[in-house]
Amino acid sequence: MELTLWTYEGPPHVGAMRVATAMKGVHYVLHAPQGDTYADLLFTMIERRDHRPPVTYTTFQARDLGGDTAGMVKTSVREAYERFRPEALLVGASCTAELIQDDPGGLAATLNLPIPVVALELPAYQRKENWGASETFYQLVRALAGPYAPAPGTDRPPREPGTPPSCNLLGPTALGFRHRDDVTEIRRLLEAVGVEVKVVAPLDATPADLARLGEADFNVVLYPEIAAAAAGWLKRTFKQPMVDIVPMGVGATRDFLRQVAEVAGLDPERGESVLQSRLPWYSRSVDSTYLTGKRVFIFGDATHAVAAARVAREEMGFEVVGIGAYNREFARNVRACAKEMGLEALITDDYLEVERAIVESAPEMVLGTQMERHIAKRLGLFCAVISAPVHVQDFPARYSPLMGPEGANVLFDTWVHPLMMGLEEHLLGMFQDDFEFGNGATPSHLRAEEPSAVKVGAPSRPSEQSVAPAAGSGNGTSGVGESLSLAWTAEAEQELGRIPFFVRKKARRNTEKYAEEKGIREIGVETLYEAKVHFGGR
Amino acid sequence: MTPGMASPQAPGQGTGGAPAPEAVQRPKQRPAQDEGCRELPVLTEKGQREVFCGLTGIIWLHRKMQDAFFLIVGSRTCAHLMQSAAGVMIFAEPRFGTAIIEEKDLAGMADANDELDRVVHRLLERRPDIRTLFLVGSCPSEVIKLDLAKAAERLDGSHAPGVRVLAYSGSGIETTFTEGEDQCLRSMVPNMPPASGTERSLLVVGTVADVVEDQMARVFQELGIGPIHFFPPRRSRELPAVGPGTRVLMAQPWVNETVAALEARGAVRLPAPYPLGVEGTMDWLVAAAAEWGVSRARVLEVTKGPRDRGRRALEPYRRVLQGKRIFFFPDSQLELPLARFLHRELGMELSEVGMPFLHRGHMAEEMEQLPPGTVVREGQDVDQQLDRCREAHPDLVVCGLGLANPLEAEGLTTKWAIELVFSPIHGFEQAGDLAELFARPLLRKERLEV
Repeated sequence: MELTLWTYEGPPHVGAMRVATAMKGVHYVLHAPQGDTYADLLFTMIERRDHRPPVTYTTFQARDLGGDTAGMVKTSVREAYERFRPEALLVGASCTAELIQDDPGGLAATLNLPIPVVALELPAYQRKENWGASETFYQLVRALAGPYAPAPGTDRPPREPGTPPSCNLLGPTALGFRHRDDVTEIRRLLEAVGVEVKVVAPLDATPADLARLGEADFNVVLYPEIAAAAAGWLKRTFKQPMVDIVPMGVGATRDFLRQVAEVAGLDPERGESVLQSRLPWYSRSVDSTYLTGKRVFIFGDATHAVAAARVAREEMGFEVVGIGAYNREFARNVRACAKEMGLEALITDDYLEVERAIVESAPEMVLGTQMERHIAKRLGLFCAVISAPVHVQDFPARYSPLMGPEGANVLFDTWVHPLMMGLEEHLLGMFQDDFEFGNGATPSHLRAEEPSAVKVGAPSRPSEQSVAPAAGSGNGTSGVGESLSLAWTAEAEQELGRIPFFVRKKARRNTEKYAEEKGIREIGVETLYEAKVHFGGR
Repeated sequence: MTPGMASPQAPGQGTGGAPAPEAVQRPKQRPAQDEGCRELPVLTEKGQREVFCGLTGIIWLHRKMQDAFFLIVGSRTCAHLMQSAAGVMIFAEPRFGTAIIEEKDLAGMADANDELDRVVHRLLERRPDIRTLFLVGSCPSEVIKLDLAKAAERLDGSHAPGVRVLAYSGSGIETTFTEGEDQCLRSMVPNMPPASGTERSLLVVGTVADVVEDQMARVFQELGIGPIHFFPPRRSRELPAVGPGTRVLMAQPWVNETVAALEARGAVRLPAPYPLGVEGTMDWLVAAAAEWGVSRARVLEVTKGPRDRGRRALEPYRRVLQGKRIFFFPDSQLELPLARFLHRELGMELSEVGMPFLHRGHMAEEMEQLPPGTVVREGQDVDQQLDRCREAHPDLVVCGLGLANPLEAEGLTTKWAIELVFSPIHGFEQAGDLAELFARPLLRKERLEV
């Protein structure tokens, strides 16, 4: 048993729902107890879908257990078929139904429905949401495209002369982090370099679309967590090459276009003309100088975390001080990426561990999921959200992809915005002696959450301690906990108060560390500046 | 009148008369046993139920008893349900969590118990502020027959006296949404001390907001009714005594088994409608007053101020809601009292009142006040109910979060049912707020021009 207070991923059948709900003409019969229908609200509320997910639940109760739960499966399958007339049916069990072993797939098969019926085995006590989505998509692709597979060993016939190269876009699902807009952006990009997009799947695809996946020349895997398994099978079966560079950020989009050109047999230079993003100039403009070396901690699904790390380092000039992911299946990519940066990857789905790691690495900004946004808020750090699990805020009304040229613009804006707000607060802080900006004033953007959060130049024991409740339990704030015996003179406190609040904590920590190393008991203004020189340039 | 409204008028349903046309068309619905529910036909329906399981009650129970921790012994689905239904991210470490059963726990029950003990020890070590730990059974724990009552006994022994460990089931196979609270409270009844003697005391049962409790307590005090206790208490270990002198007033309609357990210990339930709306609150207070020999006139006198305010607060919403037709999907069991309030005090017409299930004894005072011909439907087949709802095309649909946006997209106006269990809605002072919850979607629709 594992004690869980909050979880990054749902159970695997929710992954299956994300695939079913994304598609058209698919229905999912889920053998599940009453209550499991809560999952509908993920789609109708968080994503604001205007249709119910195409899912029928058997909703058995305790009194049914002694009776004919298998009969309930058959009735549900039959009635779902009659009512919704899908082109393909998914049949599976949620965690509880898995235990009663009714074999919903086998039961559905006995009904001889005139449509493909795909049985899903999603081990709920071992696997999670992303895996469930991946497995479901893989099984659907196999079942629907399989009948059109060429004989094993046959070579893929060359593209008809005069026809443009074509691809499928694989991976976007319902409840995906910005999938809707990523698809629009990448489709536009591919069409601009002369590649036809045949099928986007699962999002908005029909079973008939999946059946013709083999027609395209190659596959683009936008979200490996969901589509890598299916694309691997298509590669083996239809000899379709796979483009697997995730085009997040300018550099990765450039590499993506090169990979596309390579598999499509196009001029690689063609990509440059369509790769027009404002990020490179915005990042080089002098206004962005203050971004240099900002310490960021990155956490999310593996793909978004790794992509964000590259953008952070190469395109924003940040320093990545920690990186991790919650999906173990793709941990290898994150570990490799971390190693390259001289870090050790954090692979966990325990948010308390993530919080500890954030406290320990002392970042100035966190790029994470909605959970890290809350952690950052508690710690008084800046944060931008880069990855699922999703929140209603992650489905903005405006066009807001993360991928391609526009995605790079979006990343620049969303990552710089919180820092910019911080700079503004500092400018206000410079007028702290003016009465309107009293010493007790909390930065306006933090006020709602943490009234006692950063008190500019507070005379007594500084309040930034109070924003790190995890410090005690995590025991990782490198010396903050032990430094209570160190005394700050009033002048030193005042001087510290003049330092921008977003680096003040770091300054305090460094000064106290320095004082400890030197055996200084009372920290004065001198100590503060000695420490500054000591740690300067590090 | 729409076709959807016609069937409830069919006479004699369930009493041996001609079956209603609807029942003929839909063989799955059988007329209910009409056990003394006046002439109201209660239809039952079986099929897919679009309702929460009892675990969801933890969301308000952990707020009410702030020194209690709720440990669900279940699956990732349970954990995911809790965070999705509550719509919360974690600002502070929450007082509920899930011990997620893993593959290896399914292999051997001894191991599962050891694992549970380990998780509980770790949890309690981390949270010394916890005074009561509830082990909450889930669908998987029930199906694998993990005996949580026994586990609670064992753990209670090893953590007493600092922590009391109790167990109840919030599983979907046994409980529907608010029944989870009923099970939780029932598990606490055996620990209530016996009342010495037969001195009369009032026990108000069912979670209501603290602000509502305080209002209620003030009125009872003024009426000279007391001593009064609320159950659940705000501090989980401060349990009121119970005995033959205990008079139980239900504040929520779902505490049925808890009340039965209290009755088994000698308590006497005071039959009353539920304190929703001005009338409901008045009748509810009068039920207690009568027991204490306080006249209705005295209750009227004492409550004059709040009652008048309540009426005045309802006025603007009556103008919005009067004559509008409302359709309830089953959710919390509050549907019947709400329908009574909306019909009698705000002039709404009742299209269909769906309930997850109906406790006829504890609803008798509500049923009496519904207009003849009201369709009360117990159980659910969600697809059929959606068909009926579309056909009836009511002015307002009360439904769960899974249905609201899809129905809005079809042009219907909806009210989220879940808000009704999370908002303070009981009592005179909240009557206007309660009406506003139903008026807001209609007012918003009027306002929008996009």
